[in-house]
Amino acid sequence: MTTSGKTASAAYLRTTVAPPERPPPLTSGPLAWLRENLLSSPLNVALTLAGLYIVYVLVPPAVRFLLVDAVWTGEDRNACLVSAAGQPVGACWAFVASRLRYFVYGAYPDGQLWRVNLVFALCAAGIVWLLWTRAPRKDLGAIFFFGLFPVAAVVLLYGWPAIGLPHVHTSLWGGVVVTLVVAFAGIVVSLPFGVLLALGRRSRLPLVRLVSVTFIEFWRGVPLITVLIMANTMLPLFLPGNMSPDKLLRPLVGVALFASAYMAEVVRGGLQAIPKGQFEGAASLGLNYWQTTRLVVLPQALRIVIPGIVNTFIGLFKDTSLVSIVGIFDLMRTIEVSLADPRWATPVTAASGYAFAAIFYFVCCFGMSRYSIAMEKRLATGHKRQETDR
Amino acid sequence: MKKSLLAAIVTVAAFGAAGASAATLDQVKQRGVLHCGSNPGLAGFAVADDKGQWTGFDVAFCRAVAAAIFDDPAKVRFIPLTAKDRFTAVQSGEVDVLIRNTTWTMSRDTSLGLNLGPVNYYDGQGFIVRSSLGLKSAKELEGASVCVQQGTTTELNLADFFRANNIKYEPVTYASAVEAVKAYDSGRCDAFTTDASALYAERLRLTAPDEHVVLPEIISKEPFAPVVRHGDDQWFDLVQWTVNATINAEELGVTKANVDEQLKSENPEVRRLLGVEGNFGEGIGLPADWAVRIIRHVGNYGEIFAANLGPDSPLKIDRGLNRLWTNGGILYAPPIR
Repeated sequence: MTTSGKTASAAYLRTTVAPPERPPPLTSGPLAWLRENLLSSPLNVALTLAGLYIVYVLVPPAVRFLLVDAVWTGEDRNACLVSAAGQPVGACWAFVASRLRYFVYGAYPDGQLWRVNLVFALCAAGIVWLLWTRAPRKDLGAIFFFGLFPVAAVVLLYGWPAIGLPHVHTSLWGGVVVTLVVAFAGIVVSLPFGVLLALGRRSRLPLVRLVSVTFIEFWRGVPLITVLIMANTMLPLFLPGNMSPDKLLRPLVGVALFASAYMAEVVRGGLQAIPKGQFEGAASLGLNYWQTTRLVVLPQALRIVIPGIVNTFIGLFKDTSLVSIVGIFDLMRTIEVSLADPRWATPVTAASGYAFAAIFYFVCCFGMSRYSIAMEKRLATGHKRQETDR
Repeated sequence: MKKSLLAAIVTVAAFGAAGASAATLDQVKQRGVLHCGSNPGLAGFAVADDKGQWTGFDVAFCRAVAAAIFDDPAKVRFIPLTAKDRFTAVQSGEVDVLIRNTTWTMSRDTSLGLNLGPVNYYDGQGFIVRSSLGLKSAKELEGASVCVQQGTTTELNLADFFRANNIKYEPVTYASAVEAVKAYDSGRCDAFTTDASALYAERLRLTAPDEHVVLPEIISKEPFAPVVRHGDDQWFDLVQWTVNATINAEELGVTKANVDEQLKSENPEVRRLLGVEGNFGEGIGLPADWAVRIIRHVGNYGEIFAANLGPDSPLKIDRGLNRLWTNGGILYAPPIR
């Protein structure tokens, strides 16, 4: 007499598991999601409708302008004129395509473009190495990206005749190259320099503190555009005629110092959030100042201020477009110069050029933003409050 | 007090720089490249092509100076300057010469430590209207609405012109030129006014460029001239005579194509221009064939104009005042003798 035989014989017992009932339609599935998130109260219904209306007003014309009516191929302005196409004309991507080489490389000589491409490739390799979570030897990656890569990039871009790379004067650099050079210099210099300044500002040595405070407050006290105009217009007046630092280097230094001051205050915010117990604990283990800073304080402080750091980076990246005002040919400047070209003068040329710039900046800044969120999640080791799960 | 101190420093620095670089030509030769201040982007005058190479009317004159010195129009580094920093760049010696659609005015010539001249382009404020209106002259704009950028001398010139001619009009002002052009294009105004050279460029941005005409009246004087700093007269002469040579070449019919043939010309004026007779280059520190170099590499004034502003360019600007004096314009260069 087996249990199975007994159960099978009992007529009132089910032999199979009852099939699961579908949940009530309004507690799960897309409908429920809609109800819960978009239509849960009269106010939300109204907001949803308002939102839909805004989307309806903005998105179709944008899609129409950027994609549907856009002109993708053409040799000159005639392609993007209403009269030629015989229909309303959207973005003139033919203009961007014809100018793309200039937007990316500026006036960099034709035969030497591989050098720029190599720099881009090295940069991409370094970024992947550092950002890909399972990449080996992150420490080497960091040395490569923050130590070797900048040197290699300068040698490649500027040239070194001794190893067969002819000089390419910075007046020939332009477009995305310059935008990235300025942003990268600002980022690479500002992080370490900002950390040092933040530590200096909290130092017990009066001289160090004074120097740090003066530096930070001076650079935060002047607008970036003033710094740039000072560097590019006024500086040559104060120097003897023959001594004129490179025209790209001047704003580069200005941007880097400016960003360092902001970075210093962001990092200081993180330093102040470290409880005193951490310092005392470190002291009780016999760690000296630098060991405490390196092993205990900075790892915690920097993790706290990731949003602030990335915020500064994104701000810096977008501020690089200010150098266009002092005659440096960054992406914005190259686009604006191209707008002056009568070969491409049409009613939609300017909008197309600026749309291209907007897309470029958005992709870069959005990428930085997403990466910082991913990094925060990875580093959130019970230190920060869990965000409400949704 | 602070301000005067700063001014003093700037002045001293400027003069120091000027004094230190008395022999600009030697410096340029030693450097192997001419530093030319240029516009960072103005249709017809300075435009970067798809490869970033500068072309344009002003650019051609920079190349002409380089060609005269090095026999190579490529030996010039363009330093794009904004309207604000263009003069300091000359004062500080950052550029050897500024050729950047710069209007020659008395204050600029006398109070900035700079020398200007000669005029390479006579510009002035003009009007553009719809051709359907059938207007022949700006004086027929009675009761018209005129789109104009606010806070500019353009706006003031406009008021002066209509007051002087006792014509009623309605100015419609906009913060930027772009907005003003858009408003004109959408039919908000009957006319749009700005510098004539810019009118031709703006016209190309209109929805239907062919339905608009530029009226013949020029209501202000905007003579564009190259700029050098005080203290090196030979260098100033060199720049002046580079421009003069292009104008004389057009007058004498010497072109890029026939310059080598013209070396055999019997015309004494041509022979002097091309250095076959006399050695006029000596005075500006250059060899006798200085003008040949300019014409061979860059062309004469008419060729430069046609290629960058005139019929061979999309702008199709009328020569107008910039015709030779022999053709009803006011372009007139002193003789080479």
